[in-house]
Amino acid sequence: MSKKEQVILEEPEVKKAEDVEKKAGTLEVFIMGKSYKVPAGLTIMKALEYAGYRYIRGCGCRAGFCGACSTIYRLEDEQKLGFDLACQKVVEDKMYLVQLPFVPAAKAEYDIEKIRPSESKILEYYPEIARCVSCNTCSKSCPQDIEVMKYIQRAIRGDIEKCAEISFDCIQCGLCAMRCPADIKHYHVSQLARRLRGKYIDTRSKNLSKRIKEIENRKYDSEIEKMIKMNKQEIKELYKNRKIEAEEGGS
Amino acid sequence: MKTIEGYPEYMMKSIKLVEKKREKNMAEPVKPMSLKDREKMLSKYHPDYMVGTKRKLRVGIDKDKLLYNGLVDLLEAKPVLDTKDVDLSKIDYEVDLLIIGGGGAGTVAALFAYESGVPLDKILIVTKLRHGDANSMMAQGGIQAADRPEDNPTLHYLDIYGGGHFTNKPELARALALDAPGIIKWHEDLGVMYDRHEDGEFQELSGGGTCRNRMHSCKDYSGMEIMRNIRDESRNLEIPVLEFCPVAELIMDDKGQVAGGVAFNLETFEYYVIRAKATILATGGSGRLHLSNYPTTNHYGATGDGLVMAYHAGANLLDLDTIQIHPTGDAYPEPLVGILSTEKIRGLGAIPINKNGDPFVFPLEPRDVESASFIKECKEGRGIVTPTGMPGVWLDTPMIEILHGEGTIESKLAGEVRKFKRFGIDMTKIPILVYPTLHYQNGGVEINEKTETKLPGLFGAGEVTGGVHGKNRLMGNSLLDFNVFGRRAGIYAAKYVKKAKIGKLTLSHLDKYNKMLEQAKIKPTKTAPIILPEYRGEMTISRALDIF
Ligand SMILES: Cc1cc2nc3c(=O)[nH]c(=O)nc-3n(C[C@H](O)[C@H](O)[C@H](O)COP(=O)(O)OP(=O)(O)OC[C@H]3O[C@@H](n4cnc5c(N)ncnc54)[C@H](O)[C@@H]3O)c2cc1C
Ligand code: SF4
Ligand code: SF4
Ligand code: FES
Repeated sequence: MSKKEQVILEEPEVKKAEDVEKKAGTLEVFIMGKSYKVPAGLTIMKALEYAGYRYIRGCGCRAGFCGACSTIYRLEDEQKLGFDLACQKVVEDKMYLVQLPFVPAAKAEYDIEKIRPSESKILEYYPEIARCVSCNTCSKSCPQDIEVMKYIQRAIRGDIEKCAEISFDCIQCGLCAMRCPADIKHYHVSQLARRLRGKYIDTRSKNLSKRIKEIENRKYDSEIEKMIKMNKQEIKELYKNRKIEAEEGGS
Repeated sequence: MKTIEGYPEYMMKSIKLVEKKREKNMAEPVKPMSLKDREKMLSKYHPDYMVGTKRKLRVGIDKDKLLYNGLVDLLEAKPVLDTKDVDLSKIDYEVDLLIIGGGGAGTVAALFAYESGVPLDKILIVTKLRHGDANSMMAQGGIQAADRPEDNPTLHYLDIYGGGHFTNKPELARALALDAPGIIKWHEDLGVMYDRHEDGEFQELSGGGTCRNRMHSCKDYSGMEIMRNIRDESRNLEIPVLEFCPVAELIMDDKGQVAGGVAFNLETFEYYVIRAKATILATGGSGRLHLSNYPTTNHYGATGDGLVMAYHAGANLLDLDTIQIHPTGDAYPEPLVGILSTEKIRGLGAIPINKNGDPFVFPLEPRDVESASFIKECKEGRGIVTPTGMPGVWLDTPMIEILHGEGTIESKLAGEVRKFKRFGIDMTKIPILVYPTLHYQNGGVEINEKTETKLPGLFGAGEVTGGVHGKNRLMGNSLLDFNVFGRRAGIYAAKYVKKAKIGKLTLSHLDKYNKMLEQAKIKPTKTAPIILPEYRGEMTISRALDIF
C-alpha cells in the first residue's frame, strides 16, 4: 500500500491549521528531539501531523476519551516534566515531547461472578498497593486531574465504593502507572473496584426486573406487531399524536 | 488575541445578550415543530437534501443508488489488495469465528459467541488500533431502554421508527426496543456503574426525538464505562485479540461463502491469512471520511472499511444517502472544532441561543432537524463567527445550574467541564459555542434480525450495518444497537459455525470487482479501504518519496 495510491481526503482539520498559521504565527517544538516549526494553537497531535508524522500508535479517539495519546514533555529551560494527552494539550513554544506508544502493565484476572466485594478483595488481587509511599506522583501525572493517590488509599482501606467513585473518570492512559515508585497499576486496580461496586454494591433497579419479566411474557409483542402492520399514514398519525414527556417539564 | 473568560473580546456583546435574556428564555421555551415544519426545515438546510452532496454509484450490486460523494469515491476505487500478492495456501490463523473490529459490537459479539459455545481459542478479534479504540469508547450521553413504568417498549419502537422517518426495517427496530432492558440488566451484572437515584432506580433523561425520558447514563462517560466493562470481561476470559492489524479485504470460498479475511499488520507491513467458518463485521462508522467536508466526532479509525470490503464481496448497503450530523459539535476554540458536546447538555435543560440572545428552536428536536435549524440560523446571519471563520450558535449551559442547582454541571458533565477548562472557558458560568459535526453513519451493510447479511458466513453488527435506524438515528440508540446486535451476532454466528463447511479459499471477488470497474469505464486512481485518514501537512505529502 504505497502512500500515493491512497485516497487523499479533503482535510478540513489541516486546512484550518494553515489558516491558523497565518493568524497566530508559528512556534518551535522538538518532536523526540527534532525541531519543527508548527502553527500556534494546535494540539500536540495536530502539530505532529502538521510536521508530517502519520499516527499508527499513540492516537485513538482524538478527543480525550481513550488514553492512547499519553505524552511526556518538558519546556526548554524548565525543571518540571509535564504529562498530558496529545489530543487535548495545545503546543507551547520550545516544547520537547515524546508519546508513549504502549504501557506494560498486566491486569489481574478474575471471575466477577465468583468474587465478592470484601474489604481485602482488592489487596488480594493487587497486593502491591500496600507499598504506596504516598508521594502523590500519580495524581500529579494524571491528565484527568483525578486524585489517584486518594483512590489507591481508599482501595488499601477496603473502601471499594469510594475508590470507584473517585476513579470514575479514568481513561486508562497509564501515565500514573509509569511513574509510580511502588510499581502500582492504578488503573487496573480501580477497574476492579468499579466493577465490584456496579455489580454488588449499588442498589439494583426494580423497574428494570419488572419490565424484563413483562417482555419475557410477551406483553408487548402484539402491540408492536400491530404497529408493524399499520400503513404509513396510520403509523405517522400515531407518531405525531404521541404525548411527549419532556414538553411537560419532565426532569 | 485578547480573550475574556476564554472568548475573543468581540463575542462579549453577544454573550451579554444571552445573559440578559436568560431568565426570559427559560420561561418562554420554543415549542417543537410539527412534522410538516420539520420536513420544510430539513429540505432547505440539511446536507442530505442539498444538491451536490451525493451522486449515483456506478458499480456493484447497488449500482445506480444515490450515496454521499465520499462513499462513492471509495466504492469506485480499486480494491486495496492485489490478489497476486496474497498466498491463500498458507493459513496464519484457523478459527471458527473471526470478528473484525474490537469496538463495542465486536467485543459484545465475542462474549456471547463464547457463552454460546465457541471455544476461546477458536475466536479471534482483529482490530485496527488498540482493543477499545473505537467510537463506543467516546459516547457520552447514554443508552436508551424503556424500563420506567411511565414508558414501554412500544413507545420506544414508535420513537425509533418515527425518528428514522419510517424508513427503518421494522423487525430490526423491534429487536432494538424489546432487547433493550435485557441489555441494561446484563450491564448491571457485569458491573457497569449507571447513574441512579437513592432507591436504585435509574436517573433517566430525555433525548432528542424521544417521547419518554429513557436515557440511562454513566456520568458523561457512558460509552467508556460500558466499553471498559465488556473489555475487562473479555480480558478476564483471555479472548484472543490481534491489535494494529486491520482487515483489508474479506476472503471467500468457492461456494460463495465468506470465509475469513486478510489482515494487514500496520507495523511490520506483512499480511495474515485468517480462515474462519463465520465472520462478524463490526468495524463501526465512517466519520473520518469527512463527508460533505464536515469535521467529525469520530475516532481515528472510523474510515468505513467494513462497508468497502463487504461491498467488494457482494453485500448490499442501505441508507447511505444520509449522514447524521450532530447539532452540538464544538465550534470554538479551534483545537476542539468538531469534537462533541453531548446531547445530555440539552437533556439537562440548556437551550440553543442565537447571536442576538434569542432562542430559535425546541432544544430536543431529532438531531437532523436540530442541526438544520442551527445551519439556518447561521446562514441567515444570526450565528457567531469565530476567528477562523467557523460559524456557531450558543448553547446556554448556565441554565442547567439555575434549573437543577449549583454543582449539577460539575457532577453530571465532568468531562465537558474539563474539556473547556483547558481553554479558560467555564461552562457553568458562560455558554459554549456549537455547530453541527459529522457524527454517525445511519446506514450500512444490510442485516436481518439474526444479523445475517446477504452473504452466507458474514454477519454484521453496530454502526457498520444498515436498517436499524433507517435514515436517522436517535440519541442513545446506537450504544444500544451495538449491544443488542453484537449479542445477536455472537449467538447466531455461534449457531452457524456448528454446521458451516468451508471450501477452497479465494480472492476472486476482487478480480471480479476490478472487471466491473473496467466495464463501467471507471479508471480508479485510488485504492480502498483506506484504513487510516491522511492528516499530514500538504507540504510534507507533496515532498514525500517512496524510496524506503
Ligand atoms: C463522540 C461520540 C459520542 C457518542 N455518543 C453516543 C451516545 O451518547 N449514545 C449512543 O447511543 N451513541 C453514541 N455515539 C455513537 C456510538 O458510540 C457508536 O455508534 C457505537 O459505539 C458504534 O459501535 P461499533 O462497535 O459499531 O463501532 P466502534 O465502537 O467504532 O468499533 C469499531 C471498531 O472496528 C475497528 N475497525 C475499523 N476498521 C477496521 C478494519 N478494517 N479492520 C479491523 N478493525 C477495524 C475500529 O478501530 C474500532 O475499534 C457516539 C459516538 C461518538 C463518536
Ligand atoms: S505514585 Fe505510587 S507510591 Fe506515589 S502516591 Fe501514587 S500510588 Fe502511592
Ligand atoms: S488515573 Fe492513571 S490511568 Fe487513569 S487517567 Fe489518571 S493517569 Fe491515566
Ligand atoms: S487520542 Fe484518545 S485520549 Fe487522546
